[in-house]
Amino acid sequence: MKTMQKIGGGRFEVEMQVCGSGDPLLYLHGAGGLVGVDPFLEELGKDFKVIAPHLPGYGDSTGGELIEDVVDASLFYHQLMDDLGIASAYVVGHSMGGMLAAELAAVDVHRVKKLVLVCPAGFWRDETPIPDFFAMDLSDLAANLFHDPKSPLAQMFTAIPEDAERLAEMYVERTKRLTQASKFLWPIPDRGLNKRAWRIAAPTLLLWGASDRLIPPVYAQEFTSRIKQAQTQTIKEAGHMVMYEQPEAFVKAVRGFLKA
Amino acid sequence: MKFTWFHLMPYRYLPEDFKDKYRSVWVDIPRDLYDPKVGHRLYNDYLDQLEFADRVGFDGLGVNEHHQNAYGLMPSPNIMAAALSRRTRHANLLVLGNSIALYNPPVRVAEEFAMLDVISGGRLVAGFPVGTSMDTNFCYGEVPATLREKYYEAHDLIVKAWTEKNVFSFNGKFTKLRYVNLWPKPLQQPRPPIWIPGGGSVETYDFCADHDYQYSFLSYFGYIAGKKVADGYWNVLAKKGKPLNPYSLGFAQVVAVSETDEQAERDYAPHMDYFYNRCLHVYNGFADAPGYRTLKTIKSGLLGQVGRQAALRREGLTWKDFLNEGYVIAGSPKTVRERLREAMKSLNCGHLMMLMQIGSMPPELVRKSTELFAREVMPHVRDLWSDWEDKWSPRPLPESERAMPAPIDLGRREVNGKSAPGATVRAESRSTAK
Repeated sequence: MKTMQKIGGGRFEVEMQVCGSGDPLLYLHGAGGLVGVDPFLEELGKDFKVIAPHLPGYGDSTGGELIEDVVDASLFYHQLMDDLGIASAYVVGHSMGGMLAAELAAVDVHRVKKLVLVCPAGFWRDETPIPDFFAMDLSDLAANLFHDPKSPLAQMFTAIPEDAERLAEMYVERTKRLTQASKFLWPIPDRGLNKRAWRIAAPTLLLWGASDRLIPPVYAQEFTSRIKQAQTQTIKEAGHMVMYEQPEAFVKAVRGFLKA
Repeated sequence: MKFTWFHLMPYRYLPEDFKDKYRSVWVDIPRDLYDPKVGHRLYNDYLDQLEFADRVGFDGLGVNEHHQNAYGLMPSPNIMAAALSRRTRHANLLVLGNSIALYNPPVRVAEEFAMLDVISGGRLVAGFPVGTSMDTNFCYGEVPATLREKYYEAHDLIVKAWTEKNVFSFNGKFTKLRYVNLWPKPLQQPRPPIWIPGGGSVETYDFCADHDYQYSFLSYFGYIAGKKVADGYWNVLAKKGKPLNPYSLGFAQVVAVSETDEQAERDYAPHMDYFYNRCLHVYNGFADAPGYRTLKTIKSGLLGQVGRQAALRREGLTWKDFLNEGYVIAGSPKTVRERLREAMKSLNCGHLMMLMQIGSMPPELVRKSTELFAREVMPHVRDLWSDWEDKWSPRPLPESERAMPAPIDLGRREVNGKSAPGATVRAESRSTAK
């Protein structure tokens, strides 16, 4: 269900997908944003109260100009939890959202009960460079984001609308989102998490699509070598968009880890 | 009407199959396509061409900044302007310009421009482009979301550094300086004229209008397509109650003159093809980083200069199309005179920036076209806009007050003094290193 919520004394008005009931689970989306109705969130709602805010600058959320770096983003999520009355939560973050979730968990270690980082950004290895996501054509994007770029799912994600007006709308929306993402990811998605990740105290699951070509699974080591209680799990026949490509395996892994 | 001879300094020797074989002329073009020995020849040819333009009467010589590409080989146009400042006498030095958001701290630009202005006797025009997305975001790593904000801040700092009488502190968001104290200061007081090159971002119109800067539209679609942008600019000026002074608009246009219209096609058509199909062959993903253009500009429907849409629009154009659609003004002197007058009148433009070295064009053709233009076109179009005052050209020192470089003598002098004429060099000044 889509709701709007004022955060930080009205500095932000935040569009959120909220569903289910149970212990709160905060889901932080990746650079591409939320789709609208994300089935894996509905599924997680069977066990948790899922709260998926659109980062300011995404969707209908306002106040994007107030968030310029990872500190601003981390404080925003803290404020959101304050205003929603959530003392601590399970936090799941995908890609850019994984990077921000790790920041959030490092800044205040008491706010995150358990952490799931799904193909997270935040590190750079010269020997395994992450392809330039911002410069990609839609066809390159499909090849980098999906295990099977030819699948109907991959095609749906990267389809170019025939209608000129829809195309223009899509272009404006994509520009808006990626402009905001560029603050954390451009030109290299490293904003110093290597200095802070050691503070993360929450038990952490690194969850990766085995054939992620955007952020290859070897990046899990950057996290597991720094975070005290970390484990890795990979999902077969899934790329960077693992939660759309293998939703059942994804939900099972998240639920299994959080409920354990 | 004023005429600036503008050089891009392209690499002239990209392979025939460049477009098929490589995705981009910019950002990630393979380095092994560049031969520095060829580069040595090109830089020197190109400086010769600019110096020639000074001698035959052009009002300005133009250079600009681009990075990691074969389209324009001037990562630092200031180096070219410095070379020109000593070997030219009359023409203004139009550095269009330095991408000021890229310099840390931006006072570096204020300093170098001040140096150029002082060396050249006050002939500098200071250009402040944002820079293309390829240059700023992809080559220099600027975050698209903050590029423009950084640009405006750099502008404020540079102008203040030029004009403020005393040492000051600058507490910007991107640059913090305790002591700003520019040595040298520019010769033109309070500052050199400022021109803002734009590719059609709507915000730039307002910026120019509000500061009385000259707006230079750099388009490669020619004067017919350029009219939309020029009109957009004039509308903004009119709304703000500013005079529609033609000299407050600069326009870049490819121009080529030959003996006859037919000869012009034979001379220049292959080089136009090289320019549009190789020099402007930019990978679509590099054309426009998300956030490089503002949402307002995107929604205004203005087309970018490079990338897929621009390439589609240019695809399959013949020489005749290039002429008819105004991409190039070319032909006999008579034809060029007529087209140029019509073009400048339709744009209400007083500062023409002419691209006369096109793509792969060799020096002898560049010289011919330049000479024909200077002799047989320029004098006939000069009278345009004579009622208007040009407030955007430099105000150099009078000739009588200008330092004259020593005559060039490329011979080496004998150290032991006897033989060489004019051998006043002391023996110990020669290096004795092995």
